[in-house]
Amino acid sequence: MSEASENYADLAAHLEQALKGAFLGHRVAHGELTVRIDRDKIIEAVKFLREDRLCLFETLIDICGVDYPERAERFDVVYHFLSMRMNHRIRLKVATDEDTPVASLTGLFPGADWFEREAFDMYGIQFSNHPDLRRILTDYGFEGYPLRKDFPLTGHVEVRWDDLEKRVVYEPVQLTQEYRNFDFLSPWEGMTSVIPGDEKADTNEEGA
Amino acid sequence: MADDMTSAAESERKFTLNFGPQHPAAHGVLRMILDLDGEVVDRVDCHIGLLHRGTEKLLEYKTYLQGLPYFDRLDYVSPMNQEHAWCLAIERLVGIEVPRRASLIRVIYAEIGRILNHLLNIGTQILDVGALTPITWAFEEREKLMVFYERASGSRLHSAYFRPGGVHQDLPPELIDDIAQWCEQFPEKLRHIEDLITENRIFKQRNVDIGNVDLETILDWGFSGVMVRGSGHAWDLRRAQPYEVYDELDFRIPVGKNGDNYDRYVCRMDEMIQSNEIIKQCLEKLEPGEVLASDSKVAPPRRGEMKRSMEALIHHFKLYTEGFHVPEGEVYAAVEAPKGEFGVYLVSDGSNRPYRVKLRAPGFPHLHAMDHLCKGMMLADVSAILGSLDIVFGEIDR
Repeated sequence: MSEASENYADLAAHLEQALKGAFLGHRVAHGELTVRIDRDKIIEAVKFLREDRLCLFETLIDICGVDYPERAERFDVVYHFLSMRMNHRIRLKVATDEDTPVASLTGLFPGADWFEREAFDMYGIQFSNHPDLRRILTDYGFEGYPLRKDFPLTGHVEVRWDDLEKRVVYEPVQLTQEYRNFDFLSPWEGMTSVIPGDEKADTNEEGA
Repeated sequence: MADDMTSAAESERKFTLNFGPQHPAAHGVLRMILDLDGEVVDRVDCHIGLLHRGTEKLLEYKTYLQGLPYFDRLDYVSPMNQEHAWCLAIERLVGIEVPRRASLIRVIYAEIGRILNHLLNIGTQILDVGALTPITWAFEEREKLMVFYERASGSRLHSAYFRPGGVHQDLPPELIDDIAQWCEQFPEKLRHIEDLITENRIFKQRNVDIGNVDLETILDWGFSGVMVRGSGHAWDLRRAQPYEVYDELDFRIPVGKNGDNYDRYVCRMDEMIQSNEIIKQCLEKLEPGEVLASDSKVAPPRRGEMKRSMEALIHHFKLYTEGFHVPEGEVYAAVEAPKGEFGVYLVSDGSNRPYRVKLRAPGFPHLHAMDHLCKGMMLADVSAILGSLDIVFGEIDR
């Protein structure tokens, strides 16, 4: 692992030089390299990563969104790339909000199509120049973005077969019991001591 | 094959066909809209998500340990391989060493999972192109393997056997003997299946030079696993980025030549033989020892200890209610699942529940390439190609 980390530190230095302007910072942790990229320059950064002979990141592994509602630009779009020839990986991150589109990678990697559709479906992240940005995993006619942190786990509607109408009907979710969400991190009020094993955890963090 | 057909306006030959979602060759709940020109496929539009259960959302609301059984329900044909990626991700973030015996047991069961998967895939793919017998023979072996799953974990499919820090329970000695015995007879059984298919004229007609995959396709569409190896590129995460004990095992990586359906079938057959060898080697290496990292905070205390120690009892209670905390950070852990690279991208905020989990299913990009692979092929090839991609909807829809 430490050897890999050193290699990744070198690679990061190389990228920082080559991608001036697009490179916003990097981190090597757990034997993995993460690079933050300027949203407007994602296309040229990915193109460089694919063609540079030290990088050769030719396989797009994954694109996904992550939601941080407390941030001004609440979404991170996370790209994972793999180079089968060099046998290394990289993770790129781009920040965006609900309205600002991120350039689509479909022009470079046709395989990005579905990954971007999924990120759009789950988070409502917009991708510009995407050929066919429609929902992919959710139901036909679904509303809302289910993986956003402010979307309830139960969803908003439930379906059932209506025998009188002879069709499936959508109704607002009715819970017979409130969804149980235990706050284990503050088991009782006034507790000041730290639960054994929790020394490392951030005690200010909210449980839910 | 279709129940609703609409004829396109411009030509009598062009029409649109709805395939699935309840077609037996759709391997679950795939719905495809096929634009046909006579019998030639113009365009494939896959509608997925009919099995979408929101696993990624659910995982955000469960503790790390409660989340584990969801992984059995992704690719339900080889459940433990998915658990493996989840455990590796957690272990990497927490920094736990897995005991050697547990590592070996994991490899044994991961390879059993690979055989389970390939047996099912080959059986069903052949069924799709018209041979009824091999699947019954394959399922006979699958049944025996699932009994091994049951004897180790208590359940045939949803095993929840791999745990962060090792595996849940040690294997009983009789089980180890039985697996070894099974390994002895398996190549013979595989040969029987091979005799039926490999040189079969109809099977070859349906699969040779169908669904060809070249290097450009592999890179453009993000292929992994057999889809890469079938085209002659020896890319295998077990060799390239070894985890557990794969670096000390002696096994070959079968590669194809032409990257068509037939080569992928041959690869899968050969991979089963290799997996069988790996299992044998691991069984030989097995020595008594711990199977769960006992000094870490992520594994429950053993039952005997709990009877005597109050601390252990508290520890057990806290572990199964609050769960353990994973340090803040993010990690991407990938395993060579039978279908390709299965990855878990885990973001932790330091609490007892994951902040975000993204499951990278190998079947997702493979199915995505259906349009590319089927363009210009005949309608009958669609189901042959689909079978050869090795699609399971549990992992694609998540």
